[in-house]
Amino acid sequence: MKKDNAAISKASFRSRAKKDIRAHRTIYIMVIPVILFYVLFCYKPMYGLLMAFQNYSPSEGISGSEWVGMTHFIDFVKSSDFPRLIRNTLAVSICSLVFGFPAPIIFALLLNEVRQTKYKRVIMSFSYLPHFISLVVICGMIKTFVSRTGVITVVLSGLFGIPQEDLLSNPGFYLPIYTLSSIWQGMGWDAIIYIAALSGVDAALYEAATIDGAKKFQQMLHVTIPAILPTIIIMLILKIGQLLNVGYEKTLLLYNPVIYNRADIISTYVYRMAFEGQQWSYTTAIGLFNAVINFMLVVFANKISGALTETSLW
Amino acid sequence: MKIKRSAGEHIFEVFNIVFMALIILVMTYPLLYTIFASMSDANRLIAHNGLLIKPLGFSLEAYKMMSKNSNIINGYMNTLFIVTAGTAVNIFLTSLGAYFMSTDGLMFKKPINIMIIVTMYFSGGIIPMYFNVISLGLENSLWAMIFPTAINTFNLIVMSSAFRSIPVSIKESAYLDGAGEMCMLFKMILPLSKATIAVMILYYGVDHWNEWFNAALFLNDRRLYPLQLILREILIQNDTSAMSQGVMMEDQFAISETIKYAVTVAATLPILCVYPFLQKYFEKGVMIGAVKG
Repeated sequence: MKKDNAAISKASFRSRAKKDIRAHRTIYIMVIPVILFYVLFCYKPMYGLLMAFQNYSPSEGISGSEWVGMTHFIDFVKSSDFPRLIRNTLAVSICSLVFGFPAPIIFALLLNEVRQTKYKRVIMSFSYLPHFISLVVICGMIKTFVSRTGVITVVLSGLFGIPQEDLLSNPGFYLPIYTLSSIWQGMGWDAIIYIAALSGVDAALYEAATIDGAKKFQQMLHVTIPAILPTIIIMLILKIGQLLNVGYEKTLLLYNPVIYNRADIISTYVYRMAFEGQQWSYTTAIGLFNAVINFMLVVFANKISGALTETSLW
Repeated sequence: MKIKRSAGEHIFEVFNIVFMALIILVMTYPLLYTIFASMSDANRLIAHNGLLIKPLGFSLEAYKMMSKNSNIINGYMNTLFIVTAGTAVNIFLTSLGAYFMSTDGLMFKKPINIMIIVTMYFSGGIIPMYFNVISLGLENSLWAMIFPTAINTFNLIVMSSAFRSIPVSIKESAYLDGAGEMCMLFKMILPLSKATIAVMILYYGVDHWNEWFNAALFLNDRRLYPLQLILREILIQNDTSAMSQGVMMEDQFAISETIKYAVTVAATLPILCVYPFLQKYFEKGVMIGAVKG
């Protein structure tokens, strides 16, 4: 009896599918290029991840290469580069989290207090201008400005008496340069989402608070911040999920061998070992390791936030 | 009812306005400095220490040097091709996908949707991606800048939610008038979603304009280099030799500095020129993403 049912539902599935496809033939044809894109450029590389468990040789391909299991992952964790890479990656991302994350929130809160609407718009437009300048140009400007004769070096050495040298060849300056320039790049743009959330706050709440005698600062603390808290938390979860995904493009453009000890991060190490050292499998394994940790971080952050504030991604 | 503000609040307000002015200054000064420096007299710029509030002297020598350089012109051309062809492919494929995602009553919609969303969380990573592009025969071709980034899933979702917001009655009446699916998408849906399409063109276009990493991975032939790769040579790898040829040795160091600034200006100017006109769309795009994403 059960078998018959299964057979019927199978047959009816097939006939339903046929009917559905026939009825919507054009739209299914239209989506074929889209599916093709996802298969070719998203799913095929995922299959390529298998090479993390092999000694991949480009001439043999994945089917012909020798399987080695978890060897590359173990090698990476045991390697002498591991502590340095983890330390640098975490240093950069925690710095961006601690300084880069609150910056747009504070900016949005302060901007919200500006009463002159025109002035407000002007500030906004200028604030996210750097977002549209290409990374190569930004890094080029940074490099020129902090070079031995660059304007920032000269001004800083005039003010604080630091030695006049190429600041990017001094490991101690790398982290501040990276973090500050990232804030410059992203603050205005990242603030837009908070500004949008702020504009949605009910004005009646402020009126009520004022009548109850709340001062400006108290209003901010008890009305404004609670109103945009869900947005802040979502952004924070997303940020935490990127903790090990430091912008490798920017690092590649800014760092140099003299400061590898401080500036080299997991993704740039992968890039160098792969494209300069041809260690394809080893680097794929590192990339996968990185992605898995990132994913666990998002899930973890999401769980915590769901438990604490009832705001979560899914 | 007007509520009196305390002295403290007044002080805060003044401080805030000044602080915001400072932010404008910080955001724009690096660019202003670059523009001033690019028009300065090379030798005076080298001798100068500190900030600039106007060009030192006036010389367009650096721009002349730059415009004689075939690499830059060539790079501009390649970038122009990548931006236009790439964005066209982006918009075409993204709107096809978005149209599918926004259509109801399809049996295979859910599995295809899931297949698309999964890629937002998982990807093969850089090395499998590299081998994949090579195996598809795209190495050393400008199409390697276009096909692997043909659809941005986040943009796809934004676009499909825009399509979904179009009233069903409009679609129904078009069907009654005998419109097919292609006609529906390109003659009805797209014209009705102009604002969203504008945002998408801007997002994709700016991405293509700024792209350098894939170019560095896949292009070996210098004649194919987009502008950003040429810029990287000049600004990051500090190679201005190709441009300062024919200049006397003692001037070379100085002029190479101003060339760097001039190149920066030339690469940023197009975006700065369209910026004031487009920025209201940019904001709108973020809002759409914020609400739906």
